[in-house]
Amino acid sequence: MTNFTFSRSMRRRSLLKASAAAALLPLARPFVISARAADTVKIGMVNPITGVYSAPATSEVEGAKFALAELNKNGGILGRQVELLVEDSANDVGTGVQKARKLIDRDQVNFILADVNSAIAYAIAGVTNEKKILHIVPGGHTDPITGKDCKWNVFRVCNTTAMDSNAVASTLIEKFGKKWYFLTPDYAYGHTLQEGFVKNLTAAGGEYQGDLLPVGTADFSASLIKAQQYGPSVLLNIMGGADQVNSLKQFVQFGMDKKMAVGGALYELENMRAVPKEALTGWWTMEWWWDQPNVPHVKEWVAALKAATGKTPSARHWFGFVGVHSCALAAAGAKELDAAKMAHAMEGMKLPPEIALQPGDVAFRAGDHELMPSIFVGEAHAAPAGGESDDMFKTQTLVPGDKAAGPAEATGCKVEWPA
Amino acid sequence: MMRRLDANQITTIVVWAALLTAPLWVNSVGGYMALASRVVVLGLAAMSINFLLGFTGYMSFGHAAFFGLGAYGAGFTLKLLAANTLLSLLLGSLLGGVLGALFGLLIVRRRGVYFAMVTIAFGQVFYFIAYRWNNLTGGDDGLRGFSRAPLHFGPITIDILNNAIAFYFFILACFAVITGLMGLILRSPFGHTLLAIRENEQRARFLGIPIERHVWASFSLSCFFMSFAGALYALLNNFADPSNLYYVMSGNIVIMAVLGGIRSFWGPLLGAAVFVVLQDYLSSITTNWMSFVGLLFVLVVLFFPRGLLGFVHTRGPQRDTAAG
Amino acid sequence: MSTLILFNVTNGLIIGAFYVLMALGLSLILNLSGVINFAHGGFLTLGGYVAFTLSAYIGFWGALIVAPFIVAILGVVLERTMIRWLYGRDPLYSLLLTFGLAFMIEDGSRWYWGPQGLPVTIPPILSQPLSSSFFFITGYRLFMVAVAAGVILGLFCFLRYTRLGLRIRAGTLDLDTVSSLGVNVRLLRSFNFGLGIFLAGLSGVLAGGQLGLIPTMGSTLLMPSFIAIIVGGVGSLPGTLVGGLLIGVAAGVTTVFWPSASEAVMYVLMGVVLLVRPRGLFGEEGMMS
Repeated sequence: MTNFTFSRSMRRRSLLKASAAAALLPLARPFVISARAADTVKIGMVNPITGVYSAPATSEVEGAKFALAELNKNGGILGRQVELLVEDSANDVGTGVQKARKLIDRDQVNFILADVNSAIAYAIAGVTNEKKILHIVPGGHTDPITGKDCKWNVFRVCNTTAMDSNAVASTLIEKFGKKWYFLTPDYAYGHTLQEGFVKNLTAAGGEYQGDLLPVGTADFSASLIKAQQYGPSVLLNIMGGADQVNSLKQFVQFGMDKKMAVGGALYELENMRAVPKEALTGWWTMEWWWDQPNVPHVKEWVAALKAATGKTPSARHWFGFVGVHSCALAAAGAKELDAAKMAHAMEGMKLPPEIALQPGDVAFRAGDHELMPSIFVGEAHAAPAGGESDDMFKTQTLVPGDKAAGPAEATGCKVEWPA
Repeated sequence: MMRRLDANQITTIVVWAALLTAPLWVNSVGGYMALASRVVVLGLAAMSINFLLGFTGYMSFGHAAFFGLGAYGAGFTLKLLAANTLLSLLLGSLLGGVLGALFGLLIVRRRGVYFAMVTIAFGQVFYFIAYRWNNLTGGDDGLRGFSRAPLHFGPITIDILNNAIAFYFFILACFAVITGLMGLILRSPFGHTLLAIRENEQRARFLGIPIERHVWASFSLSCFFMSFAGALYALLNNFADPSNLYYVMSGNIVIMAVLGGIRSFWGPLLGAAVFVVLQDYLSSITTNWMSFVGLLFVLVVLFFPRGLLGFVHTRGPQRDTAAG
Repeated sequence: MSTLILFNVTNGLIIGAFYVLMALGLSLILNLSGVINFAHGGFLTLGGYVAFTLSAYIGFWGALIVAPFIVAILGVVLERTMIRWLYGRDPLYSLLLTFGLAFMIEDGSRWYWGPQGLPVTIPPILSQPLSSSFFFITGYRLFMVAVAAGVILGLFCFLRYTRLGLRIRAGTLDLDTVSSLGVNVRLLRSFNFGLGIFLAGLSGVLAGGQLGLIPTMGSTLLMPSFIAIIVGGVGSLPGTLVGGLLIGVAAGVTTVFWPSASEAVMYVLMGVVLLVRPRGLFGEEGMMS
């Protein structure tokens, strides 16, 4: 038998420590729970608010909160007020899945919006499918979510890689030429995006070379040196996040912008704000852009959002905004909160113009649950001195989403409804 | 006369009482079953690293690599071999355990700071492989497309896929097996030798104990246990991804052990419970939860280095002195 | 092909110089105090951000000089208040403490300066490439190498020729004897820590100009420093110098043939060194055991 002796002072110290630890325990009880009204409709949002995707994630949350305020002012969902519960997935799949379960099991949310990180969005889709909760992916880009792994309860707002590459490829070919060099991030998103571009290029009889680079590459000189030697007409920069920022900066620092054009798919506003003005160049796609002078509702919305958040809204704000409103529209269409009925209502559902905030018809396609907005193809440029600081993109063409996306059957999606 | 229960035994009883009855009270304190499951799995991970850290005296800061290897091993098994949960656990832990044993051979001569640095760097190697070897592991997107399979015991089928409570008890059963194994090992002569090495390595060497062999064995065992925990984690998420191997995960697991008390058997489990619940709660109410978690690290190291259960010594011939 | 390799070796040396700057600070702290400073990346981040804020008032050059000092002072404060309690204790605790500090610094940076990446404007004279054929050697990269080389040279001269430097070097070998010889070890440790953090802060200012600022930048640049130290040999500053340059060049050359593996090669190099010569290229047996 183990014998231990300890002095009285030690026992007292230990007791104090134990009580201190025990005092922490009540903190583990979220007092918020009891204050929650039982008859509100709840939307759960999981996003990587900390970590490398913090900037786009925060924008999406801001857009969602703006939509929430609007919604509640106009009567909420099915006459009930709406609550938005935001959880941080910390850019970690385990945490994201756990938070999704928390929102569904403990907080009893009726909808889930998740996640900027497409791997997390994918994993959470597994949970929402199991629990039969309507799940809208505002800004997670991996293709299988509305492709071969599509699910009846999952819908997506942002574009697929096919949409983006098909939208801009012809512009790049016509304007600059058919000899391309790729800077591709070495993961699923990068691979599929490059494939999309290559398909367009080879159909036009072009040629290409490229480098597959690790995500998180800080220095692109080696690849840029190779690109310089190859002498393409366009450098296809399809890196994301900070990598895109760094590669564009270095591209311009090396003076390569005088030797070749640069372009690619997404060059998000959050990224544009992070580069020095010389790196604001090239031809890109935007999933939504704030500067649409002749389109009704846009100017007011942009002004209202700027007043609420202090910044000009980006496509990410719009994703969050559309996400929350889509929940309301789905419920209105189904006239109840049953996930299957709402999902049926969402198939083919068109967004009203004050939510679509762009010309043309914007609807969730039934075949793959993908939203079909227009894709803004245009040129990046430095903000005019003395003008609007976020005026960094000039839209040239608006490519209809469904035209760029190709037929729904080609995505490999087969929606299977529950029994 | 009834033998007085020592602190150890009391702790064991309290711990198991809490764990077994969790489904009854977890919701009333604002928790949920998935959280409880996560506490148990990460508690097992923290106890695994404590096998090396608290009971042998060696600090590995790259152990998350084995956690991740276990997760990927289980995932590969379910995805490519057979939809058999028990097999996935076995193969997952073997993957991490065997690689850990091999890696251990390389580093067993290092000590202290150098040992720690090498484990950090090697841990990152495995992270790196998981991250880059896209075709096999799915890279940044993680390993997907598998899920835990219901258990079939002859006529009985336990649906651990859809029933959160059933899965919780499954995890608990696995936890019991592994911690029981740990306890047996620590109580054996081998375990006592590890303690001797922890207390005074030079003296142990003078006594003729083959240090490197023991350290290697302890390292390999802790890798095996850690991989088992990782495999359970993959089953919990139906997912495996590179962040499971990242050094931040290593750091979190170590702080759980330290927070609970590295000289105590059950300490790391308590540390894991506090850490997981705190992180879950804080990240819901503030986006600055990282600062609070960092502050927790700092406070624990400065003021609670012996951890919450640190005032209870576990076993054996040491007499606690007032100087403690 | 050979020009490509030459370009990449040169480029690798440039990047390597930057790794060396980071790793030397880490090495200094590790050697004298036995502390694995996981917050080193955090101080790098702070260096960049503080320079960004200061440059609005005192310009790029002013910020370059002042920011590392400010960060170093913060480092010394933290050392005095928190880290020094952990000397002599198991290295586990200083590792965990600095780990926690790293979290707080990253989150603090995100809270104060925002999650949005910030662009850093470098003076126009540094923005031009050297020549059309050596287009990838931009003025800024040369500047980075010049600053790094100058500082590294200064550091080695300091350690070799000044009394304080001598004490630090002696302290690395045997701190007890140094103490019994009447040197104020406490001050020595604080100064050494501050010196290491100064290097981290300076690296941060330079990195900001090259990569821009983002709260997570510290953690991504921390690992190569660890590897540089392990490859060069724990306990040896010249080793760290060689280690950093070596991994920079290795990464650069690998990009020519196999870009996806350019980061992996650092780890492979480390693995090879650990197998063949575990104490590192310049490490001494039993230095850090």
